[in-house]
Parts: sequence; structure tokens; C-alpha cells
Amino acid sequence: MTPITFARADDASSALAALADGGATRFIAGGTNLLDLMKENIARPARLIDINGLPFAGIEDTEDGGLRLGALARNADTAYHPEVRNRYPLLSAAILAGASPQIRNMASNGGNLLQRTRCHYFYDAGVPCNKREPGTGCPAIGGITRQHAILGASAHCIATHPSDMCVALAALGATVHVRSRSGVRAIAFAEFHRLPGDKPDIDNTLAPDELITHIVLPPAEQFRSHSAYLKLRDRASYAFALVSVAAALDLADDGTVREARVAVGGVAHKPWRLPEAESLLLGSAPSAENFALVADALLRSAQGQGANDFKIPLARRAIVRALETAAAGTVDNQAHGPAAQGAPQ
Amino acid sequence: MDHSEPVASDARDLHATVPSADAHGAQHALSLRINGRPHTVHIDPWVTLLDLLRDRLDLTGTKKGCDHGQCGACTVLVDGRRINACLTLAVMQEGREVTTVEGLANGDALHPLQQAFIEHDAFQCGYCTPGQLCSAVGLMNEGEAASRDDIRELMSGNVCRCGAYPQIVQAVGEVMGIEAPANPYRRIVIGTVPA
Repeated sequence: MTPITFARADDASSALAALADGGATRFIAGGTNLLDLMKENIARPARLIDINGLPFAGIEDTEDGGLRLGALARNADTAYHPEVRNRYPLLSAAILAGASPQIRNMASNGGNLLQRTRCHYFYDAGVPCNKREPGTGCPAIGGITRQHAILGASAHCIATHPSDMCVALAALGATVHVRSRSGVRAIAFAEFHRLPGDKPDIDNTLAPDELITHIVLPPAEQFRSHSAYLKLRDRASYAFALVSVAAALDLADDGTVREARVAVGGVAHKPWRLPEAESLLLGSAPSAENFALVADALLRSAQGQGANDFKIPLARRAIVRALETAAAGTVDNQAHGPAAQGAPQ
Repeated sequence: MDHSEPVASDARDLHATVPSADAHGAQHALSLRINGRPHTVHIDPWVTLLDLLRDRLDLTGTKKGCDHGQCGACTVLVDGRRINACLTLAVMQEGREVTTVEGLANGDALHPLQQAFIEHDAFQCGYCTPGQLCSAVGLMNEGEAASRDDIRELMSGNVCRCGAYPQIVQAVGEVMGIEAPANPYRRIVIGTVPA
């Protein structure tokens, strides 16, 4: 790691003031992605400001029945929090499908949103990369693309966003709350991460002078008993998704779909969600045939890169299966003993 | 191995560490407890907790495998929670209680997990074992495992290239009082265990 200076911030004002040096300063919370990037010489801050002393670690009810997740709450504490477990099992399931217990104990919620792609070309400082060094090219295109995007990619970048948590946050319609020296603002989750376009070096819409303070989950009681996070990967645990699906259904008394949410991970530069695809299910039976229509709509613009062509049919089947699983109940990916909840195969 | 040189910079004063040519020489005073013993050291801010333990304090039980958080060999407990020592800076551990594999035994009496690892042959080369042991202690502290499938999933942050996984799960399961399934060769259905 290259030499850095280090300081702790005791309040948000001094932390934000420290950002006013033209990009040489970075905040550090869990550090699990940033320090890894610094070791690889991909991130090269001159100074780190430790923000763990800021008062953003709480998880609290909002007035309207939602839940506020502090940016500094750890991923593990979020997934295992009683209110998250009970009211947002989809979020617990997604968080627990990601990383390892050690990393979940360290990683912050804000940092999870800001983690960089795990594209091997981005991580290899010896090759060009438009995300790392804008304008140098994208060796992933025409290269090894197993982990790469099938949706929303550009001629400049085909990287995917690696988070599992963010796929659930997209499906749940979360809001990201940020602060700068000039005030606060809220960013709808769908607007937080961006597609690469011709600026793949910019992952999200957080401004350089802003700090994430918390994430707000709207009330989601309607999805509590019908949600599932399905993650498909090259090994059974501790690997990034090839394809993942966050699915939630609100079923009426007559069994038809009153509301549906589907977000797909591992396929694009951001969690892939299309409300118009979800609305195809409204008033319909929660059947495999109808779920396939949603999958077709979500994947309409899908384009393989060669080695990842398999992801298109894989995503299609995963979307159907995740919705079937959600229709049958809730899979929260938590310990319930050996005879745990059964998922359809 | 305790150090007591004068403090070179005040880590708490944000304005004292604005980057400048000479600021890069500034070391930080760090006080923390490791395996029950207080330590004060002066370190560069880019030193990881793993490198502090191994290179400065000669606590080489904690291993450096990948140095990227992918193998778990560097797992230690900070205030009872398991983390990857390679993915955190030492200066971020001010005031913390760190437990490494050297701190698990009580004198000559091995920790029950250490004893169980021996009895179940839960290692071959032993390189991953300190991390496996600390990770298992952290797993027990977390209290989220109810079955051997849960143990397998919640130990997945620790890689064993000798492939001692079945024995590791047996050892941890025995210490936790979690019975082995009647048919250990049954097919595990993805989605029916924590993921």
C-alpha cells in the first residue's frame, strides 16, 4: 500500500470539510473493499478519514412504518436485526447471500452501496480499463466475460455491480440519504447506481462532496410472507453472483398478484429492475407462465458478450424460479435447523 | 514488545494530518489489548492489523494467505467478532480487544475447539487452522448456527486447501452440541440452508 495519512472524524461536519481537497481524501468505514483496492493500487487516496465515530450506525423505525438503516451499521448487524428479519426478510436473505461472515461483520451499509465492480480487468492495474483509467479501452469486451453484463452495458464498459444487498434494496424501493456541506438530499435507489454509458468511471450519483448517512426502507408488510433471494454462482457459498434475483409478491385473498417486485443482480452495472415488467403480473395468477412473461420483459434488451451468453437463459430461469419460490412463501436464508424451509426445485 | 516512544502525531486532530510532504512520515500512537495484554505501538497508518500482529508483535499464529479477504487465514476476533485482519488498518483498532489464536487456550488447557480439531483430524497442513479456530469462536459468539448445514455455510469464509471441511464441521458441531445429520451423504438442497 502506498503511504497515506489518516485521521478520525468525530462529527459529520469535520468529515465533510475534509473532503474539500480535490479528491485526495477518502472516507473509510468497514474498509473491506477500499483497502483491497488500495493494495492493488487501484484506489490511491492520499488521506483516509475514519468515519466510524459518526452517529450513523443505528437501525430505527421511521414514522410511516418504514425502517432507517444507518450507513455505518454493519451488514451482519443489519441482516440479523430483529426488525429487518421480521419485516424485510428479502433484505436479510440478500445480505446473508453475500461475502463471508467475517466481511459482513466489517462491511458497512454505505460501503456496500459504494463497492466497486469485481471485473478482473478493472482489478488488474497492468491492463487498460475505462473504469479505472478513462479513455484507455475495455479489454473485457472480447475477453473473459463470465462475470460480465448482459444488460445496460456500453461500448466502454461491461462491468457488473457486485452487491447482493443492493439487489434487494432496489426491489424494496429504498431511498439513499446523503449529506454535504450545502445540505441533505434523498436519492431514489433506482437513481443511485448508474449505467456505464461513456462515463464508466462513475459508478453512482453520489457527488464527490457527499456522505451517505442512511438508507430508508419504505413499509413492505405486503411482501413479508412472499419473498425470496435466489443467488446462482460458481460455488455454493462465498462467490459473486453470476445471476441473482430478488423477488417479492403481494398476493390477494383470491391468490392473484396485487403487487410484484423483481430485481436482478450480476447482469448489469446496477441492479436491474423494470417496473413495467412487474406490472405485467398485476391481477394475474402467480404461475410459471406469467412469471416467464416478466422474465422476457426484463431481459428484452439482453445481449451476451460471448462467454456469458449462458446468462440470458440462466437469468430467465432464475427469475421464474425466484418468483415461484416467493409465491410459495418466504426464504430468508437464515438458520432454522436441519429441516429448514423448502424451496421449489 | 510494547513500545513507548513519544507520540509522533495526534490521530484525533483532523487538522493535524492534512496531507503535506512531511505528513507522510507521521506515525500514529495506538493502544489496544491483544489476548488480554495492553499494547501501545507507534505505527504507520497504512499498516494492516494483520501486519501489526505478525511483523511488529511477533504473533505469527495469525496467517497471511491471500491478503485480500478471500481465504480467512487471517481471521481474528475484535471485541469478540470475527473479522479479516488483512482488511482493516491497525490504526482503526484503537481501544479494541483483539483475540488471536495465541489467546484461545487457557494456559496449557486447550480451547475446546482446539481439542476437538485434534480429535477429529480437522487439519492437515495446519495453515488455515488458526483462522478456522478464530472463525469458529466467532460463529459460536454469533449464535446463528442451528444445524451442521448452518455451520458449513457460516464457516465458508475460511478456505482449507487440504480439504478438511468435513472434519472441521464435525469438530465445530461437536463443541456446539449440534448433532450430525442421520445421513451425512444426503443431497443438500440449495436454498434450504442459510446462504
